Amino acid sequence: MATEESIPESLKTLPQAPVSEPDFLHITKGWKSWAFTLDHKRIGMMYLFGILFSLLLGGSFALLLRTELWAPGKTIVGPDTYNQFFTLHGAVMVFLVIIPGIPAALGNIIMPIQLGAPDVAFPRLNLASFYLWCSGALLLVLTIPFGGLDTGWTLYTPYSLETKTAVMVATSGVFLLGFSSIFTGLNFLVTIHKFRPQGMGWFQLPLNIWAIYGTAIMQVLATPVLGITVLLLTVERFAHIGIFDPTMGGDPVLFQHFFWFYSHPAVYIMIIPGMGVISELISVYARKPIFGYRFVAYSSLSLALLSFLVWGHHMFVSGQSRLANMVFSALTFTVGIPSAIKVFNWVATLYKGDIRLKTGMIYGLSFLLLFTIGGLTGLFLGILSVDVHLHDTYFVVAHFHYVMMGSTLVAFLGALHHWWPKFTGRMYNEAVGQLCGLGVFVGFNITFLPQFVMGARGMPRRYWDYDPQYQIFHQISTIGAYILGFSIFISVVSLIASFKYGKKAARNPWGGSSLEWSAPTPPTLYNFEKPPVVHELYNYDDLVEVAPDRWERLSDAPELQDAKKEAH
Amino acid sequence: MKRVLPILVALVVANTSSAQTPPVAPAAGSAVGSAAEAGSAAAPAPAADGSAAAADTGSGAGSAAKGPMITVVPCPAILGHSVVGPDLNPYPSVTKVGDYEVPMNEPVRFELGAQDLLNDTPDGAGIAVQANAPTCLLFKKAATYPVHSSSNAHGSIKVKAWYDVLADMNIEEQGTFWMPKAVNKVADDSDLMFYSVLALSIFFFAGIAFCTIYFVIKYRHRPGHKAEPSASHNDTMEITWTVIPTLITVFLFWYGWQSYIRVVTPPNAAVEIDVLAWRWNWQFTHQNGVTDSDLHVPAGVPVRLVMTSKDVIHSFYAPAMRVKQDVLPRRFTYAWFEPTKPGTYRLTCAEYCGTSHAQMACLATDDTGHCTRRAVVVVHKDLAEYKKYLDDKLADQMNLPPIELGKMLYEKKGCNQCHTVDGSPRVGPSWKQPDWGKMITMDGGEQVKMDENYVRESILVPAAKARPGFQKGAMPTFDTLKDTEIAGLIAYIKSLKQ
Repeated sequence: MATEESIPESLKTLPQAPVSEPDFLHITKGWKSWAFTLDHKRIGMMYLFGILFSLLLGGSFALLLRTELWAPGKTIVGPDTYNQFFTLHGAVMVFLVIIPGIPAALGNIIMPIQLGAPDVAFPRLNLASFYLWCSGALLLVLTIPFGGLDTGWTLYTPYSLETKTAVMVATSGVFLLGFSSIFTGLNFLVTIHKFRPQGMGWFQLPLNIWAIYGTAIMQVLATPVLGITVLLLTVERFAHIGIFDPTMGGDPVLFQHFFWFYSHPAVYIMIIPGMGVISELISVYARKPIFGYRFVAYSSLSLALLSFLVWGHHMFVSGQSRLANMVFSALTFTVGIPSAIKVFNWVATLYKGDIRLKTGMIYGLSFLLLFTIGGLTGLFLGILSVDVHLHDTYFVVAHFHYVMMGSTLVAFLGALHHWWPKFTGRMYNEAVGQLCGLGVFVGFNITFLPQFVMGARGMPRRYWDYDPQYQIFHQISTIGAYILGFSIFISVVSLIASFKYGKKAARNPWGGSSLEWSAPTPPTLYNFEKPPVVHELYNYDDLVEVAPDRWERLSDAPELQDAKKEAH
Repeated sequence: MKRVLPILVALVVANTSSAQTPPVAPAAGSAVGSAAEAGSAAAPAPAADGSAAAADTGSGAGSAAKGPMITVVPCPAILGHSVVGPDLNPYPSVTKVGDYEVPMNEPVRFELGAQDLLNDTPDGAGIAVQANAPTCLLFKKAATYPVHSSSNAHGSIKVKAWYDVLADMNIEEQGTFWMPKAVNKVADDSDLMFYSVLALSIFFFAGIAFCTIYFVIKYRHRPGHKAEPSASHNDTMEITWTVIPTLITVFLFWYGWQSYIRVVTPPNAAVEIDVLAWRWNWQFTHQNGVTDSDLHVPAGVPVRLVMTSKDVIHSFYAPAMRVKQDVLPRRFTYAWFEPTKPGTYRLTCAEYCGTSHAQMACLATDDTGHCTRRAVVVVHKDLAEYKKYLDDKLADQMNLPPIELGKMLYEKKGCNQCHTVDGSPRVGPSWKQPDWGKMITMDGGEQVKMDENYVRESILVPAAKARPGFQKGAMPTFDTLKDTEIAGLIAYIKSLKQ
């Protein structure tokens, strides 16, 4: 390892921003150059702003419903409006934020650069995916003025067939969003197969890319089932043909099978990219390669495949047969094992590291703890007899928030801070980032830990009114929600403020060793000025911090480059 | 004689009840109707006999008894059912002047200590309880009596059927930090699984959290500190921490499955109860035809529920029983439990079903809309007491005068979820209307007279018409109501006219 004295002076003068052409943000100007762009980075940034706006919208619904739950009976709204709040909160968060979140925003911006590629395999398809997301998002938001939606995000029949709210507007939006997801998945699969540089075989891929790969498989295979399901629901509502309507010989439980056949893999579409991000964050900020690389890589794939086999665990009390219940319970336990393996490997990665608690690491460590709780509470729900008591209570609500929000959203925020300097060219305010990261962790636990107890005590979910015995839990949870919401809001504001107030970022502010950190900051249109050189994965030996928040590779020193040239 | 007696009884009831209208004709008609009708439940055909017998014995019969409604009786050695105090907890006797609920037709003990109790209504004229003089009173009519003491404390004595007093009690909230006390014989197995996986989870979480925090502190970056080389993988560790969790999950699955089978497999059930759910009410129908919106069951005996829904998916969930099962339309699902301890327990709907999902079978709300009395599971102390419930309630259902019957149905059939009786509209129009007997305009312009025919059609074929401002077809049909019940509802609605 180089000492302070032996850092060549020339490293301190290496260019950080591109020299041969303007960076991708400035190379073309005007709204049309963004609206019709084919650049994966610009598409990813547009996704990012759409997703952050949706996060604000979904989060507002959450704060509204938690405010209503401050006291039994009406606090701010009546039951019909409350039912709309929790439905829209769920639909917006699931379809507009958490499923697209990491893959569409950060995957689009960073993954090709990390792969050493100039773009994704199908740039036009990528733009089409974005506009499909926009159209689907618009339709989902249009439910609000056109009658609202009060079915729960799960749209169970027969209620969703009978309600007078704007179900068909919502299902049309979901249909389009599904295609956005499928096209993105397809694009990423081909990119990862075909666009790797020399020297980057499958087992030299960053784990982030393994995760995106596993996610893309699920997106392509599972999402069509969602599309068909919402199509059938729309047709049933419109034409009354009797697929799900029992008064016409249909089966309402069939809807649940179709819905969960997609929605269970969907939750893995949500979490696996998060896990990929965490591998990057932990490795870079601990200066260690991920322990058990192959096991972590294989676990992403096995989760992708096993996730298709467990949908029935959402339906243990639905009237499904006991045999089906037994099979689904057994398979559900198998799907917990790869996740556990990852957690053990991440913790082992910290051993003998050199850990810096930057904002990205704070989110990374939060993920470890919160995902552990989320995963362990899934065990309760996989046990059949215990699930009979806990199903459809706040215990389930707390469990899925620990995995979807405490894990996926936390990973999203960590990834956002980690790669923000790379694609914006600005450093965010580190103190604000760290404080908000802590605020998210603390606020999140205050919000959701009481919900486990409330649920086990018998408090059902989707309840506008409740017995006074539960009030203290609801109030603690509401206070936590405000702390959590405020922390997320401030961190996003702080990120956006960095466009104006942030100091210019170095090419490699954190000392990462994957290829995106050797691209200029911000990258050029086709990402690299010189062809990227693949170094040993997760090897930080060669990297030194030449200035605060600025790392360089010793082997990049011009003297050494000249020496190499002279040697030839 | 058997045919005539119920008519006479009905006439007496009509004249002595506190109704403002003279429902002589409908009462007679309904008595004959009920004797002739087979009914949809398993009510025995000699309804005339049942009501006659009930009229004679006086126990459980509505207001069929004659004579003073409150009498002083000698205190029995063993008291009957508890009274419910102002805090909604059960007590053996009334101990102060406050808001109490007491059972009808059995001696109620008053031990007021230094207070005395004076009755404010004509029914109780002259009946008082002296200070320091324990007295037992017998109440023969379901009514609410305002009372006061000479020290100016005020309260009320609400008289109800003993089984409804049990249902009004506070829900049992005893339990551990995590769960209410299990009151189902087969729940102990699933509770054991819960606590086992809780212990396991705490163990693993503590381990992971400890290692994480320890490593972060020990290996934190500080000047001069560097990462040190260490193994990048260790196959033995990987296999160990794969195999051990796998073995643990095999155990969790296996015992979860075994305990689940016990939870969902009823023995040859002693008691079977039909459950019907709709938006937003429960209706429990017992083998003798008794229907109720609270679930009354015996302790110490397995109870099997046969459940179906009239409309969307609901879910029967009694947390203290650890029992939950979705209730589906056009299909039957089943659940069972064996209660181990008498008491009143929480009952909830656990599958989102619309506006009042949180308030299925709600009998009373406060002014914030909070439901203060939701349907409950009442566990009777043994099979004999449950059978007494069945007999008493059946007699009550058969013998209630029409307006009281209508009022009981208004609550027990869930009409209250969509219709108020104070004039304010809800999902449906209020039953308190100024337009009785007049022509009213329907949505669509047609003119209809608001009379008995109109109410009957609204109950049996509600989708036929709608008043302006209300959704046509929102109301489900109640075509399983018997003619006596429809007559009762009509009488109740008429009694509300402004």
